Amino acid sequence: MKNTNLKNYLESLAKKGLRADGRKGLLKIREISVKTGIIEKAEGSARVKMGDTDIIVGVKLRVGTPFPDTPEDGVLMTMVEQLPMASPDWEPGPPNPYAIEMARVIDRGLRESGIVDTKKLCITPGELVWIMNIDVYPLNNDGNLVDAGSIAALKAIKTATFPKLEDDKIIYEEKTSKKLPVNVEPITVTVTRLGEHLMIDTTREEESVADTRLSITVTKDNKIHAMQKAGFGSFTENELYECFNIAIKKSAEIRKKIG
Amino acid sequence: MRFDERKEDELRPTTAKVGVIKNAFGSARFQMGKTIAISGVYGPGELHPRRISQSDRAVIKVYYDMLSFSVPDRARPGPDRRDHEISLKIKEAFAPAVIREEFPKTGIYLYTYILQADAGTRCVAINAASLALAQAGIPMRDLVSSVAAGKIGEKFVLDVTKKEEDYGHFVENNKWYGKGAATDVPIAYVPATKEVSLLQLDGEVSEEELKKIVKLGIKGCKKVHEIQVKALKDYYNEEN
Repeated sequence: MKNTNLKNYLESLAKKGLRADGRKGLLKIREISVKTGIIEKAEGSARVKMGDTDIIVGVKLRVGTPFPDTPEDGVLMTMVEQLPMASPDWEPGPPNPYAIEMARVIDRGLRESGIVDTKKLCITPGELVWIMNIDVYPLNNDGNLVDAGSIAALKAIKTATFPKLEDDKIIYEEKTSKKLPVNVEPITVTVTRLGEHLMIDTTREEESVADTRLSITVTKDNKIHAMQKAGFGSFTENELYECFNIAIKKSAEIRKKIG
Repeated sequence: MRFDERKEDELRPTTAKVGVIKNAFGSARFQMGKTIAISGVYGPGELHPRRISQSDRAVIKVYYDMLSFSVPDRARPGPDRRDHEISLKIKEAFAPAVIREEFPKTGIYLYTYILQADAGTRCVAINAASLALAQAGIPMRDLVSSVAAGKIGEKFVLDVTKKEEDYGHFVENNKWYGKGAATDVPIAYVPATKEVSLLQLDGEVSEEELKKIVKLGIKGCKKVHEIQVKALKDYYNEEN
């Protein structure tokens, strides 16, 4: 059951344009820090902090057979594991629908914007292609995991380098300086509705009582590539249009911030 | 003309039938073009496991799956990651409509299966489920109606088929649709309260184009709603 006292309190703050964590502005983003290349054994890695949200993404590359319907395309796979250490409401066990959804929303943002030219990941058509595993581990959940995870995934992919390939076998110990064929830089902005207020970069506390949210992935040319509405509430048509606009404006701001 | 010779804002041939599974409290079959879904509802009743019950409302449990022979390459039986996500999306699509406070501590079990898939499976599943919930007597603010709209090449179209979904990828560009690929936006709508309760997108569109697609999708949902209402009325007229 939702904590109605908390909800009323957060709504009364929102009415004044305030947040419980001291932020002045419903569309204000917490401080973001990005560190890349933190895991030597991974082909690419990044750790992103947004306020108290802390998330780490690693990219591993391997070779394997392509899917039969796309014999000339490399494969991109995204996984999220909700480590019970990272949040009081997460439990050990197989991935629940929320973890699956988060992985699929991050994956769709990357895939649909065409972040990596998968044709360039082909080694032998129909037989051998590069397979990219993008694994997302939140270390501390203070909300807005999809947006923070997407930034970390983008940065990990951008800084990843190929390992040496000899006679179709990978030598992980020998890294090349060749980077992944990155085309575009998608940014995902999740707009959350709390009562009649639309806000972004929500904390875990805000998310525990929020009505609904819409994650929108935008590229630099202001094109929208992926969208996912989540949560038990709904949006009116006009609220949706407002969300689209917020996502386009804020994605540009985030893109500037993370460089 | 579209691949199946429809107008841009035209639904595929759509049929609906209520009361197709005797054992279920409510059930329905919904077909849009070649996509067919069948839904059954059990409950409100005892909820398993009991610890997930809510003291002030019913919990809806949704199971969406595709039958193994519903697609060209046989699907492995049982839900995969996509099915888990869609089950969650369907559950959320009904949340604003179903008056769950009427049945505290209980569970409503909603099963919805795809018999044949030709795009729009989550939408057709929602349309069937909506009728099944209504027949089961679950109070709702309105029937939830769903359809996908999109931009295929340069055209804005309603009720996207698999061939249109693959446009610019597996299906080559042609003169009518024009250059580009496919953007697909499934929408669910609660007409009585004018709420959008499901919205997803993949593809590439500008803000203005997206607004156009959402408008077209909502218009389509209203058409689906008329068909659902008629199916319910037909069922109860036949019965009496």
